[in-house]
Amino acid sequence: MMPGLKVLAPGFHTTVQDLGRIGYQDIGVPVSGALDEVSLRIANGLVGNSPATPGLEILLSGPSLEVTADSVRVAIVGAGASLRVGRGDPFVVPAGQSATLPGDEVFQVVAGRHSACCYLAVEGGIAVPLVLGSASTYTRAAIGGLEGRALRRKDVVPLAITRASLGTELRAPALPLAVGEQSIRVILGPQQECFTEEAVTALLNSEFRVSKDADRMGMRLDGPLLQHRAGWDIVSDAIATGSIQVPGSGQPIILLADHQTTGGYPKIATVISADLPVVGRRRSGDAIRFVAVSIETAEAAYCEQERRLTELVAGLKQIPQIGLDLSSLYGNNLISGVTTGVE
Amino acid sequence: MGNSVAGKITKVRFLSAGDQALVVEFGDRVDRKLSEDVLRLNATIRPWMLEGVIETVPTFRSLMIHFDPLVISREKLEHTIERVLGGDSGSQIDTRLWRIPVCYEAEFAPDLAEVAQLAGCSPSDVVVLHSGTIYHVYMMGFLPGFPYMGDLPPKLALPRRADPRLRVPPGSISIATSLTAIYPNESPGGWHLIGATPVRLFDLDRPSPALLAPGDAVLFQPVDRAHYEQIRQAVESRSYKVESEPIAA
Repeated sequence: MMPGLKVLAPGFHTTVQDLGRIGYQDIGVPVSGALDEVSLRIANGLVGNSPATPGLEILLSGPSLEVTADSVRVAIVGAGASLRVGRGDPFVVPAGQSATLPGDEVFQVVAGRHSACCYLAVEGGIAVPLVLGSASTYTRAAIGGLEGRALRRKDVVPLAITRASLGTELRAPALPLAVGEQSIRVILGPQQECFTEEAVTALLNSEFRVSKDADRMGMRLDGPLLQHRAGWDIVSDAIATGSIQVPGSGQPIILLADHQTTGGYPKIATVISADLPVVGRRRSGDAIRFVAVSIETAEAAYCEQERRLTELVAGLKQIPQIGLDLSSLYGNNLISGVTTGVE
Repeated sequence: MGNSVAGKITKVRFLSAGDQALVVEFGDRVDRKLSEDVLRLNATIRPWMLEGVIETVPTFRSLMIHFDPLVISREKLEHTIERVLGGDSGSQIDTRLWRIPVCYEAEFAPDLAEVAQLAGCSPSDVVVLHSGTIYHVYMMGFLPGFPYMGDLPPKLALPRRADPRLRVPPGSISIATSLTAIYPNESPGGWHLIGATPVRLFDLDRPSPALLAPGDAVLFQPVDRAHYEQIRQAVESRSYKVESEPIAA
């Protein structure tokens, strides 16, 4: 039998994602990939995968899965997320550490209350066919992942390997996953000149809220309406992930991983790449504020984030004593108690 | 804000779309000359030509260059572009003229009568006009493989439908403003539908999934219902090849 994870319950919107489908935007194919690349990369590090290995992106509520392999090594990463393992008296694996589960075991991904997304990595990765070089799911065109769609009950998520390797488990000392009220840094443009001065001031000095209208394509924000100087339709140009597009209604939309490659509305500002994962974690109803920074600041932040992430993954600590005895893992107090699992 | 560069070929503005995308803007119109400038630059800044360039997206009026600032600095990227624009060594762009079969019969053309009425001519005049023009592929966007082509004969230039459709069938030939397009997949859409092609515009089983590329030329060839069906079956069985020829530079 092909090794897999059988879907007992799919969660709100669970898809296979990697770091995106690069190189096809010129034929209209969005990049897709994880909304929060930082979390996916840490999760992959915890199970010994390379950073771009496909994992599961879990939005808002987590799936319940059954191991249909000899064993699997898994890790969940996301603020407040955890795995609740077992049928009867479940134990909890917190975010930021790996655990090896035997065949037939069941586990539930418990998503954190304060983060829109979390990531499940599986040692060896998820073995869906690559489409244009990527496993990422783009549901709108039914590309990638499992038949181009979110998981459903009774699906089996195919895995690359049948049995977890014999290594020890890994743990991240601390997860750099900001979910609080920190301001989102933006670079003004490319079309801020299409907006009134008041609109730019309102963008940078007001509190917005993520509306209910938020998905992998973008999040519409509630707050002050941003007025265009003269008209809101421009001759279409290309869109970068994180660009804040303002259609005729004046209500800004932050464009996320599945955004269309081109569009005909002006973009007032663009979220810097280091803060894209932070935006991805915001949920409907969360506050959002923007602060303008220079390109130099944005590049330095990106550089710093890459350095810290590389350091974190290289410095993951081994959890002693677990070894290959799966039964010891179940009784071992290194797996924390059920108390952290109530989210 | 962008800074302007006066080159031998043309004048551009550099705009920032965040810290990892640079927009080279040539103008703000749908215009053949602008498009050719965009596509010429695109041919010179391909990812395999310049380390640090991740991908490029040509549009009507600008080229977006996605890059990794850890590999190539924005400054160096801008300098390279200035040098390319200032020189007269244009990269050769391989483009093709495609002859795409279209059935304009009522079954496939729910808006043909209305378009004819708005244009003040007969439906068959619309077909003659639409199929009598060679179109330039300006850019792809909206959906995988969706080509924006133009320019329409001025008589056929109409605003988008006031009432967009929730479902436009795949293969639909559509017009709006000065442009014509083909819907590769079923999707919502606000353009006027005046025909359909059995040809697949986007097919993941092809080495290059999009049939058309920016810079290509397209001529629509009217076919009747029976011929449409023949071609459709040949497309299904993968024995159909869209007629095309290289465009001499």
